[in-house]
Amino acid sequence: MAFINPKKKEVQVKIVYYGPGRGGKTTNLEYIYKKFRERIKTEMVTIKTHGDRTLFFDFLPFDIGKVNGYDIKIQLYTVPGQVKYNATRRLVLRGADGIVFVADAMAVRREKNILSLKNLQENLANYKKSIFKIPIVLQYNKIDLAEQGIPLLPINTLEEDLNDKLKTPSFKASALVGTNVVATMKKIISMTISSIIKELR
Amino acid sequence: MSYTLGQKQLDTIEGVLQQDLIDIGVRCVFLIDMAGNIIANRDNGKIKHDVYSLAALAAGNFGAVSAMAKIIGEGEFSLLFHKGKKENIHFNKIISDFLLITIFSNDISLGFLRLKVNEAVEKIKQVLETINVP
Repeated sequence: MAFINPKKKEVQVKIVYYGPGRGGKTTNLEYIYKKFRERIKTEMVTIKTHGDRTLFFDFLPFDIGKVNGYDIKIQLYTVPGQVKYNATRRLVLRGADGIVFVADAMAVRREKNILSLKNLQENLANYKKSIFKIPIVLQYNKIDLAEQGIPLLPINTLEEDLNDKLKTPSFKASALVGTNVVATMKKIISMTISSIIKELR
Repeated sequence: MSYTLGQKQLDTIEGVLQQDLIDIGVRCVFLIDMAGNIIANRDNGKIKHDVYSLAALAAGNFGAVSAMAKIIGEGEFSLLFHKGKKENIHFNKIISDFLLITIFSNDISLGFLRLKVNEAVEKIKQVLETINVP
């Protein structure tokens, strides 16, 4: 639910990082925050529990400059990934304009990815939105773990599991190291903005 | 999925925020939607809060409290108030999709503030009812 302010010439866009617990959603935002520190004027907001797990959400506002004379203010959010926090996850999803689904590429997390994507579909349906219509990008995170000999899911398995019906852009990434974190973000921003522009026409 | 307000509607809302709230001594006031977007904000020029983070947290906070209300069998709590030593925050829901958030010091009594917020809410409601929020 982007809000367009003709008086300030400003558009506020909400992008939500979704996915299973401990998948690297917060790490994505932390990397972006570190990388673009000089361009982000405010502090990153996080609501965590003692064990460093996201309790409610993380929030990072981000200015990307002007499109058609309008200042674009991107608001990046993460949801808590743990299954038990569905109520808060649904709250954060309210009014989302674009989604990054951060899947965990570790072989042992296969089931969790599938369940989390299904949960996203259900929660979007709750706001009368379709997972097939909202701009969405997939990110297969933790590919750096292969170097340490940790078994990862082959990309075609991840594609079959998660992207078979969605057929949306996907990225192999490492949020910790920063591989493709910015590429994922750029892709979802451009998809979301073109969807907003299309809608306004 | 996106929505907008016209220049005239935004002018009206900002005028109400200024005259009914800032001019009586409120430090900072902002109107947001439940997604955490800022529709309009005004302050007394002396403070610089990070309003975008405040809006995101306020929308989340209000959503959490609404979910609590449902669990105990209330439809919703339409207003919230957080009291601090020097600064206080007051939240007031406007129709189903918007929140008016007021930050004020102890120089203003809560009763007076609520009275003025109510007046402002009635005026803003008339503007917001004319738009369609998806």
